[in-house]
Amino acid sequence: MAEKKTKPTPKPRVAMREQPAIERVGNFSEVALGYTREQAMAEAARCLQCRKPACVKGCPVEINIPGFITRLAEGDVRGAYGILRETNSLPAVCGRVCPQEVQCEGACILGQMTDKASGEKLEPVAIGRLERFAADTFAAESACDELTGKPVCAMPRDGLKVACIGSGPSSLTVAGYLSALGVQVTIFEALHEPGGVLVYGIPEFRLPKATVGREIDALRAQGVEIRCNWVGGKTVAVRDLLNDGYQAVFIGVGAGLPKFLGVPGESLVGVYSANEYLTRVNLGRAYDYPAYDTPVTRGKHVAVIGGGNVAMDAARTALRLGAERVSIVYRRTREEMPARREEIHHALEEGVHLEMLCNPTAYVGDGKHRLAALRLQRMCLGAPDASGRCRPEAIPGDVFELPCDQAILAVGTGSNRVLLQDTPEVTLNKWGYIVVDEETGETSLPGVYAGGDIVTGAATVILAMGAGRRAAKAIARKLGLQ
Amino acid sequence: MAYKVPRPADGTFLPCVIADYMTSEGHPPQHRKTGAIPWLAGKLYFLGDIMAARIIRKEVLIPGQTTKLVLDAPHVAAKAKPGNFVILRVHGKGERVPLTIADADPQQGTITLVYLVLGKSTWLLNQLEEGQELNDLCGPLGRPTHIEPGPEPVVCVGGGTGIAAMHHIAKGFARAGHEVVSVIGARAKDLLLFENELRAFSHEILVATNDGSHGIKGFVTDALRDYLDAHKNVAEVVAVGPVPMMEAVANLTRPYGVKTTVSLNSIMIDGIGMCGACRVNVGGKIQFACVDGPEFDGHQVDFVELRERLSAYKPHELKSYQECGCSHG
Repeated sequence: MAEKKTKPTPKPRVAMREQPAIERVGNFSEVALGYTREQAMAEAARCLQCRKPACVKGCPVEINIPGFITRLAEGDVRGAYGILRETNSLPAVCGRVCPQEVQCEGACILGQMTDKASGEKLEPVAIGRLERFAADTFAAESACDELTGKPVCAMPRDGLKVACIGSGPSSLTVAGYLSALGVQVTIFEALHEPGGVLVYGIPEFRLPKATVGREIDALRAQGVEIRCNWVGGKTVAVRDLLNDGYQAVFIGVGAGLPKFLGVPGESLVGVYSANEYLTRVNLGRAYDYPAYDTPVTRGKHVAVIGGGNVAMDAARTALRLGAERVSIVYRRTREEMPARREEIHHALEEGVHLEMLCNPTAYVGDGKHRLAALRLQRMCLGAPDASGRCRPEAIPGDVFELPCDQAILAVGTGSNRVLLQDTPEVTLNKWGYIVVDEETGETSLPGVYAGGDIVTGAATVILAMGAGRRAAKAIARKLGLQ
Repeated sequence: MAYKVPRPADGTFLPCVIADYMTSEGHPPQHRKTGAIPWLAGKLYFLGDIMAARIIRKEVLIPGQTTKLVLDAPHVAAKAKPGNFVILRVHGKGERVPLTIADADPQQGTITLVYLVLGKSTWLLNQLEEGQELNDLCGPLGRPTHIEPGPEPVVCVGGGTGIAAMHHIAKGFARAGHEVVSVIGARAKDLLLFENELRAFSHEILVATNDGSHGIKGFVTDALRDYLDAHKNVAEVVAVGPVPMMEAVANLTRPYGVKTTVSLNSIMIDGIGMCGACRVNVGGKIQFACVDGPEFDGHQVDFVELRERLSAYKPHELKSYQECGCSHG
């Protein structure tokens, strides 16, 4: 009997090991544990190697995804890492924190197929997990020695200097791209540790600082100089850099100004911006106080206001610092939350409460200037607004108090003006973000480029990296390197 | 060892050869940050801040309490103006601590800091000796003092360690042509600072001690009241010191209608406007002391709130201090 030739049905996605919720709330170690070599090879084998890969188009930095996955399927981690680093300076970071479901994995053709036997939807290839595996494994096998001997470290060319202000994802991408072409890149960072939001914002249990440090060390090994404690607009001005012979300056200072609600009682002790709370815990390592000197108050009943990823990070951090009850206060419902599904799922698994359809109208004090409760107005969802989301409307008279000794505000950030006030030549839009040429990232001041959150407002790590990559290409063209 | 990098007086950087430090043992903190770059060895390279924040001079002003440090920090000194501050970290696991720049010398590339040993971080800072380096020094931060040129008298009031911070501001007013009257106070004579430094440019110095051991017996507000009663043409009063002192000064000057500026010392983390830990209530509006200040109109500041917020970490501060083997005096 002649067998009919059909493609085998792809196997289900290989699951990744995680710390169980009950254990992980007691520590700051990473929740997701990563693939083993066998798991990675099995997952890589699921890739259909499309001729016109949609996943690459879904990636803001255009990683050659089928290319690196082929290498992994063959067990060639070094080869896979080399392909990743061609376009991405921070693969270990991106593999962990990118919202792959709306980018590469969201575009993966496997995710749009159904299993013929069971009729169930298939899951896309776990591109992020594979990227993470390749980066971690390569680093464990001593990345820096390998890197410095490779042609990726071009010999420095005389007199080509570029400065980056800020050391977050967008600047690191610019630095990685240009230094590989032999440009001397100097990064000026205001804080005492480079990485921007990767070190002060995203918690250790999602993105270990050692992982970030390793990728930054790989950039240093490639010749990038990083000067910490240099504040753009204070210690060093953009004009100083242009006068000092830098052919281009990239501004990647992010959107770090925390927003407050402006309701009564916001100055009570116990009310934090998420930026302050997370900076204390992540950058200051306050979770390891008193081994580290920065303290943080460990709240018993914590209310986190907001529904984005920052709110999830703050809530999960508060649990790990020993809070008895952590509530996320959000004025719409769980469906409208801007946080990644995975983050909400992790938070719920760990025991975070959702206090949906509530809007804070005041912080209530205990009479000694300490926070005692949050006064909340119950909301209901009205008609969709211009953004397509249902507008929350107050239910008259339905007000209650949520007792809490700590409130953490994660309601967004705005443009920090410290650098911009010192650089009036750079045109801003009405929200205070920098206006740039969409193709090149160049600002109204010739030779000065910008990208990331200071252009778009608060967005994701990978979008900032995509903007950095566009600006770096434009700078390279300007310097005659491409 | 190529640690001693010659540095031009204007605060710019000299290129120097990188080879030596790459091979030397026990890199000081700044070297670690720059990292080893093998293919740059032997090439001309801009070392930047590699020697920043070394203690050039240490002078104990009040034994066990107040110390003055002169730091080699040309990139900070080149930009520092009266009213600015820095944020420092003493060691790799340290916290970020704000301190006002008490003086800056762009020619020498130095800044002066004066601190009171109050807790763990200042205690650790006090353990450092001349020649040693701070782990991190970041600045200059904050808005500089608003100084309009003119001859009218400006009264600068300083209390305790605040006298040193006030000194830089007073010097700025004197350089802009103002007649500067310095009013300084402490509990007793041997706790007074910077009297000689202030004499160099002050038109007059009024001293108040609580025990009457020097100057008048009483508070700086007593000396200030007498002065304001006798002089009607005062352009501005600037006060730097403990919160109750600044509050008392603001309350005193209010009926006189004299512009009064205070330099607020709220709790800070980053010092660059990223977190709002330092937020203060000025005229009913939230302001960040690190970027909108630290100087504000004293008549608009909510001092009660500032005092409460400053006490937020008292238990932690006490615990840290006790665990580092010291006790509150």
